[in-house]
Amino acid sequence: MTDTLILAAVAYDAKVVTIWDGFQKWFAARGLAFDYVLYSNYERQVEQHFDGAFHVAWNSPLAWLQTDRIAKARGRTARAVAMRDTDMDLSSVLVVRADSKAQTVADLRGTTLGVGAMDSPQATMIPLEHLAQQGLLADRDFRVRRFDVLVGKHGDHIGGERDAAKALMTGEVDAACMIDSNHLLFTQEGTLPRAQTRVLSQTGLFDHCNVSVLDGAPESLVARFCDLLLSMRYDDPVARPLLDLEGLKQWRPGRTNGYATLARSCDRFRWIDRFVQSMQP
Amino acid sequence: MMSNAAIDLADLGLDFGATVLLRHALLALAPGDRLTVHGVAPSLDLHLRAFARAEGHGFESADDEHSRGTLVRGTATNARWVGAQRAGSAAPDGAMDHANATWGLAARGAQVEAGAPAFAFALADKDEIWSDNAGQLYRAAAAAQWDPASAIPWDAPRTHPAFVEDALVQVLTYLIENETAALIVPAHFCAKVHPHFREVVQLLAIQAADEARHIEVFTRRALLARDQLGLSTGGGQASLQTLIDEPDFALASFLLSVLGEGSFLNLLGFLQTHAPDRCTAEVMRLAAVDEARHVAFGMSHLLRHAAHDSTLRPRLRVAIERRHEMLRHTAGLNAEVFDALVILAAGALTPAAIARGHAAVADLQTQMDSGRRARLRRLGFDDREAAQLSSLHTRNFM
Repeated sequence: MTDTLILAAVAYDAKVVTIWDGFQKWFAARGLAFDYVLYSNYERQVEQHFDGAFHVAWNSPLAWLQTDRIAKARGRTARAVAMRDTDMDLSSVLVVRADSKAQTVADLRGTTLGVGAMDSPQATMIPLEHLAQQGLLADRDFRVRRFDVLVGKHGDHIGGERDAAKALMTGEVDAACMIDSNHLLFTQEGTLPRAQTRVLSQTGLFDHCNVSVLDGAPESLVARFCDLLLSMRYDDPVARPLLDLEGLKQWRPGRTNGYATLARSCDRFRWIDRFVQSMQP
Repeated sequence: MMSNAAIDLADLGLDFGATVLLRHALLALAPGDRLTVHGVAPSLDLHLRAFARAEGHGFESADDEHSRGTLVRGTATNARWVGAQRAGSAAPDGAMDHANATWGLAARGAQVEAGAPAFAFALADKDEIWSDNAGQLYRAAAAAQWDPASAIPWDAPRTHPAFVEDALVQVLTYLIENETAALIVPAHFCAKVHPHFREVVQLLAIQAADEARHIEVFTRRALLARDQLGLSTGGGQASLQTLIDEPDFALASFLLSVLGEGSFLNLLGFLQTHAPDRCTAEVMRLAAVDEARHVAFGMSHLLRHAAHDSTLRPRLRVAIERRHEMLRHTAGLNAEVFDALVILAAGALTPAAIARGHAAVADLQTQMDSGRRARLRRLGFDDREAAQLSSLHTRNFM
């Protein structure tokens, strides 16, 4: 099967099948034999990546860090070869009700913070690191109320963030964390009613998913896959519906300098230590 | 040459419609051009970044206190419309010879994005369905819609004897099942015609609505003085089933509109003449006005079709012959309906009156035959063929 490029992805939604089936046909029309396998959670995907079950992984930022750290521990090399234009330069926000007494993050001391799933980089890990860098530690300085939706999918599902936003409006939590695009969505759809909330703080910029490759993957096959991926154009009527479903206009070469905050959060809170250690040879 | 533009959103946020102003402003720019955004809405800079990412534009944070950020126009908006195709023209003469499957439900004349899903509309060729007067017939139909509640004198006096009312209820029962077939056939094809031929779709839809109204008024009239309807025979339904089952639009239209509804025009005229009360007469008159349009459309598109397709006439002939063959062993018009028509024309149960009624029904059948032959001749059949084919038409009239 070395003439077939095999990609792994996590099935966070039924549309994942439509997307990769469509890409499979698109690649086939350009002479690349392509297949994909789906996992129900990123940890299984990362584990199987090291078992050589596939060549490239469509990874969440956390799965990328897991892959990178396990690779380093094993003396191997992981690379991010591609990402969506929409994976670059994201930020998350901490939102409070408009009438909240909190004016700075320091005012969150003693309050309850609503976060997303425990493995969500954008709605849990990065916001908690953002607060820690300003001297506020979870469970010491404020309480954390997690809205766990689909743990194992690293926050790919919007549900946890929406639940946190709803809890903010019912008063169940004093502040809620969400990615910037969801803040816009929640304000547009009315989950966060107009003028009834405000953004207390915004994290620095970070990157999201990437296509990860481990050393030892068939180089020419991966190179051909990347070339084709980066050549996908939004003015191609066959590719466009797939790009719309996957939420991008253009694939970009991968970069790994946008994961620093998440990495610091993992260092501080040891989110992935146990998993990485379990993968030691 | 890149250009710079600016927009002031005042206190309008992206959560409350500012995206409309941004998209409008960006549309006027070329890819790579910059749009500096000013405004005082809370979270504006945060939302600008998310908006830019989602829509494929670049974003630069504000480097001074006067703006909230700068959007760099991307290419995605233009890219979506590369290869888009205009689906004919909205004008009355704007229908194309063939409607592309990927035009789908798009309005005729709309610019259709490339890569839209293909719809399986079976009737997508103009020659199969089109009539140059379809738009005119639709407008006439729309203007001529009538309200059964106010258009019919439901309270008009009824002084006729009970056996005439019984005969009328039997005829109305027969009419209802025939009009049900006349509703289902255009409704069935309405869903198969490519919406690009919107006048045809509209006409078929209003034709089905006409028949729905006829079913309503026939039923309501039948129940004015009776609790139950009359008889429905297997032979009558077998005849109508051949109409429902005909898969070819031209053939179905020929059998239903040209021959069936054409014959019904005479029947409705007969029933108006011999109606026992003013209410029934008005029901028949109004139904006949609608049916005349259905016949006109059938004739019109078959004439056009025949002019473009020399195989059509032979196929029409085979359709009549095949239907005749299928119905050869059925009873045709049931005796109860025939007798009821005679009684309605007679008005009394005396030998002399019945003789008059019988003669009137015989005359009706002659008129139906004459009308069918005239329409067949207009479609290009010679006198001999027209006479022969008319004689093969179902004895059930529709």
